[in-house]
This record gives sequence, C-alpha cells and structure tokens, in this order.
Amino acid sequence: MNLLNVNNDRWVMVKNFRGGRGIQRRLAQLGFLPGNRVRIIRSAPFHGPLLLEVEGREIVLGRGVAAHILVEYI
Amino acid sequence: MRFALVGQPNCGKSTLFNQVAGYKAETGNFSGTTVKFKETKVRVLGDIIELVDLPGTYSLLGTNPAERVVLDYLIDKRVDVIVNVVDATHLVQGLLLTLELMELGRPLVLAVNMMDEAVRQGISGDGEKLQDIVGIPVLPLIASRGQGVRETFRQAWRAAEKRIKPKPLPYSKEVETAVRDIRENLLEKVFPISRRAIAIKLLEGDPDVTKRVQAVDEKIGKKVIGYLDTLCHSSTRQAVWMIAGERQKTARDISARVSSRGEAQLSFRDQLDDFLLHPLFGYVFLILVMGLFFWAVYGIGSWLEEPLLTFFDGLTAQILGRFADSGLIPQLIAGTIQGIAGGIAIVLPYLVPFLLGLGLLEDVGYLTRIAFLTDALMHKMGLHGKAIVPFILGYGCSVPAIMSTRIMEDKRDRFLSAALVTMVPCAARLSVIFGLVSFYLGPWAAMGIYFFNIFIIAIVAKILTRFMPEDSPGLILEMPVYRMPTLRTVTAKAWFRIREFVIEAWPLLIAGSVLLALLNYYQVTPYLDLVFQPITWLLGLPTQVGTPLIFGIFRKELSMVMLAQALGTTNYGAVLTPEQMLVFTVFVVFYIPCISTIVTLRNELGAKRMWFIIGLSMLVATLAALATRLAVIAF
Repeated sequence: MNLLNVNNDRWVMVKNFRGGRGIQRRLAQLGFLPGNRVRIIRSAPFHGPLLLEVEGREIVLGRGVAAHILVEYI
Repeated sequence: MRFALVGQPNCGKSTLFNQVAGYKAETGNFSGTTVKFKETKVRVLGDIIELVDLPGTYSLLGTNPAERVVLDYLIDKRVDVIVNVVDATHLVQGLLLTLELMELGRPLVLAVNMMDEAVRQGISGDGEKLQDIVGIPVLPLIASRGQGVRETFRQAWRAAEKRIKPKPLPYSKEVETAVRDIRENLLEKVFPISRRAIAIKLLEGDPDVTKRVQAVDEKIGKKVIGYLDTLCHSSTRQAVWMIAGERQKTARDISARVSSRGEAQLSFRDQLDDFLLHPLFGYVFLILVMGLFFWAVYGIGSWLEEPLLTFFDGLTAQILGRFADSGLIPQLIAGTIQGIAGGIAIVLPYLVPFLLGLGLLEDVGYLTRIAFLTDALMHKMGLHGKAIVPFILGYGCSVPAIMSTRIMEDKRDRFLSAALVTMVPCAARLSVIFGLVSFYLGPWAAMGIYFFNIFIIAIVAKILTRFMPEDSPGLILEMPVYRMPTLRTVTAKAWFRIREFVIEAWPLLIAGSVLLALLNYYQVTPYLDLVFQPITWLLGLPTQVGTPLIFGIFRKELSMVMLAQALGTTNYGAVLTPEQMLVFTVFVVFYIPCISTIVTLRNELGAKRMWFIIGLSMLVATLAALATRLAVIAF
C-alpha cells in the first residue's frame, strides 16, 4: 500500500520506498525513514499534492512522489 | 579566519547572516532562498573574519545542486569554525545535520534558533544538558531579533582560536568497524576535512567523493565495496540507510533527553491553513491576494509615474530651450535626462512596491502555500508546484528566478522552467506594460496582456513537454510556519534587490540612452533599424522602433525609454496607434531576454540551452505579436 491509498488523518508507518536512489535520499532527509509515523493532514483539489505530517514537520509531496512511499496502518 | 554558517532550510541562517553582515543575503520563509553562498567580512571581537552563508541543506548527502554547494564547500575550503544553526522547534531533524557536521573534524558551535517560537509552542529545552551530550558549545538564539548573536560569534571565535574539535558520536559496532578500517587506509591530507568523514561519505556511496578518492588511491575502492556487502548482509539494508537510520535514532534520543513538549494545542497555524488551503476558499483568497497585489503595484506606480514624467519632460524642454540650435551637446544632455528619468519615473515606482509586496508574501510563509495550491495547475504545463517560485520571482526579475530553478532536483524541470520563466514579464517589462499600455489604453488592457502572456506560456509549455515528457517525481517541499514578517527584513530584502537595479542596471540604462542620442545625432540608427526591419514590417510597427528593440536586449526598460529617443517624444499616444502599442508591448514581453538573463542562463544551463532559449523566445515573440496584430485587425 502506498501513501495515496491512505485516508486523511490516519496515522501510518513508513515501510519502504520505490524508485531511484536520488528520490529515496531526498525523502529520507525530510524524515520519511522506515519506521517513522506519517499522517496526511490535507490534500489539494484537482489531483493536487498532499500535505503530510512527519517527525513534527509539515511536508508537501506531489502525488507522484507520494506513490513512492510504501506504508502500513499502525 | 573563516566562519561558515550551515543549517537546514528555513532555520534562520540568512537572518543570522544579515544580523552581522548588514543585509547582504536574501532571507525568505521558503526553502531554497539561498542557492549560492555569500561571503562577507565582519568584525568579531576586534578581528576581521570572513563569514560564509551556505545554502540550507537537510544533510550532507548533496542530492540537489544547492546542497551540493554546501558539501563541496566544506570538503574543499578551509573553514576555521562551522556555526551550525538549528531550529529549536525541529530539534530532531536539526540534530541529524549536526551529527554529520561533527564528523568533519572542524571546530563547531551549535546555535539553537527560534527559541521564542519554541516557547510559544510549549517546547522547553535544556541547553546545558545538550552541550554535555554533544560536547560542543550550544547557544540559544533568536536571530530575527538579534538576541544571542554576539555570544554565538564570541563562542565560535573561541572555538576557532583554540581549534576545539568535536568528538563524533559513535555508530553501531558494525558501522564503526567499517568506518575505522577505511579511515586507517586513507591517505592523509588529501582533503581538509577529517578522514573519518571521508570514510563515511565513501560508505554512503557519494559518487563525487568516491571518484576523487579513487583518483589518488585505487585500492580503497575494493575495501569499501567489501564493507558495503558485509553491512548489507548483516542488516538487509544498504549502508547509506543503515547510517541514516542510526543517526536518526541518536538524534531522537538526544532530543528526548534534552527537551520536552508541553500541551500540544491545535495551533493558530492549523486554523489558518484550514481556511487558506481550503479547496474553495483557498483559491478565492489566492485570487484576491494576487489581484490586490497587482492592483496596489499598479496604483502606486501610476500615481507616481505621471507627475514624475511631466517633471522630467518639462526639465528637458527647459534645458533644450536654452540652446540656440539642436547640436550635439543638447542632444547628449537630453539623452542623459531621459536615462535618469527612465529609472526614477518608469522603473522604480513599480519595482519598489512590487518587491515590498513579494517580500511580505514570502516572509509570511504564503509563497509555499501558493505552491501547494497551484501544483495541480502547474502539472498541466508539465511542471510541478515548486516551479511556481521561479514564476513568481520572474515577475520581479528573471535573474533570481532562473537561479531559483536550482531548488528543482530534475534537469529537465530546471531547463523547462528556466525557458518559460524568461517569458514571464519581469519588473522591467512591467514598466513597459504599465508605462505604455496601461497609461494610454487603461489598466484592463494591461491586465489583458498579463493573461495573454500566461496563455502563450501555457501553449509553449504544452509544445515543449511534448518533446520532453515529464518523468520527474514531482513536488517535494517543506511547509513553513506562518511568521510575522518584520519591517526590517522585508525592506532590507527589497532594498537588496533594488540596489541591484540602481547599481548594475541604471548606469547601463543611462549610458544606453546617451549612446542612442549619439547614434541619433550621427544618424546611424536607420542602419540599426534595418536589422529588425523584417520584423517591424511584419508587425506593422514604425521602422524607428528597431533601435529601441536592440537596446532592449541590454535592459528591457530601455526599449521603452529609448522609444522616446527614437520617436522624438515621450507622448507616445501621438505617434503610435493603440494597435501598435499593443503589438509592440507583446513583442517586448516575449523577445530575447536581457543580457544579464542571458549570462545567467549560460551559467546555469550551458551555452547550448541558452541559445535554444534565445531562439525560442524570438520565435514566440514574433508569433505572439503577429497574432495580436491579426486579432486587432479582425475585431
């Protein structure tokens, strides 16, 4: 399951990444490390990006990027 | 002595830099405002030191060009002390970078910034305990109000003077064994940073460092690969993740030991975001804000432009009246006055309010919210929300706009947004749009030009993306908190950009104006006009506008100011029909970017892409202006 399949306001845990190394590193820097908790705060309309809470920060991810993060419910 | 400021995006490095350097860096509530490092000399405890403000970076992995700058700088330059700024409200993330910096073997001090914001959020911390754990000086800081700045630099100076090196915190046994063994096998004094840091970079697989180490020592590569295998087998993860994971754990442990979070209340920020990022009201508000913004810029600008122009026209007439004939000297004087008037009456009245407004939006934190709201729209153009930043900056000046494309990870995204951003009417072209179209044809016509411009850019984007399909991952951005902008930072930032115009562009503008007067006097301009004649003929413009168009390549506002010279009057309404004004303005908006933009394009993207963009802009300008002409004839 990737982040796009998660309902807003549900806490999930990062399991793994898909995609290239560059993007993996970038996501890791922002706190998307396996084991960390993530929540979708809100999503923009017209298929826009997601606003996520991770490690006490708010991060905006486009849907393309969010699809790279595999998660599971806690 | 050289001090380097290092920290994550949005932690307040540039604010601190400005506190000591007297506003030389641009600050902004947006990650990636500083894409180039800035150096300045400041006096600390009576000594002159060199202070470097490096771009914000989340880690020393160097995954995008702005972050690469930091890593390369720290590897290659001799830095006497690193001042690491962390955001007190995001201590865990901040400490991740601190842990990496501790590896470098350079004197280091830790400045914990935004202590006021932390208190507001109910976070309390124990600085002394943190100092005991990390073993480097820890200082509280409120950079925006200048509190703690002096003490931070005093401690940094002391650390540099006594060469107090931090003791890196250990990793797990497996990683430590690998790091130490590789370290022992590295040659000494190849880089000015510690061998331990190089060993870690090698294990993390940094392509650049690996290549450079192997250039002097081929054997080390094998050893590293051996350890990468061992580590991967023992943990089922790549070494880079293993190391990152361990750092994360250490940072979290430290943060838990030294700080505690009080009552977590639904903040003001969440309530405001509920409205400002609302699927409906968010956009209504966005349109209102942008409408208000441009309306204010137009209002203030035109209110100042008219009396100023009248004044300078009167002055010119008065001076010319004193001379018996229209010889060379009066022509030169008139040219000079027109150049000065161009700056004061046509450019600054619009540029100043625009930059103040933009600085305000940026510092409040609204710019990122705009990126969030417009990401979906930008995808229609084959870009993503981050590209909105160069676009908005582009309405100010193309040069910083093109530089800001560095915040994008993907090469294709950078090229595409740079190419499109050169077509966004910058403040210089704004002066043509407002000074010519709005002044003579009314604000609605000017508004129309802006919408037409966006429409054309969208079409060009559509065509370009057909040849360069989108393959980038998309938007990745940190959403900043709302901050109360201080008058000082907003005005200072505006001044920083205005000064660029006054120092670099204005003299060029005056010189160009004088040169044109000379050319006019010796009647050379007809030959210059020939260059643009095919286009002026095609667009139905007077042949004399050819020269202003050539000068417009130096500075866009010249094409407007020079028009006065070429046509012999500043009352354009008498010599140009409304149709010609529209066509001329549309052409000016799109054609060849100005010299400084061209230079920036070459530096950022290379000569080949620069030429492509120049050719493209010429083509687009001609087609768009022709379409305008045909449309006006048709209706």
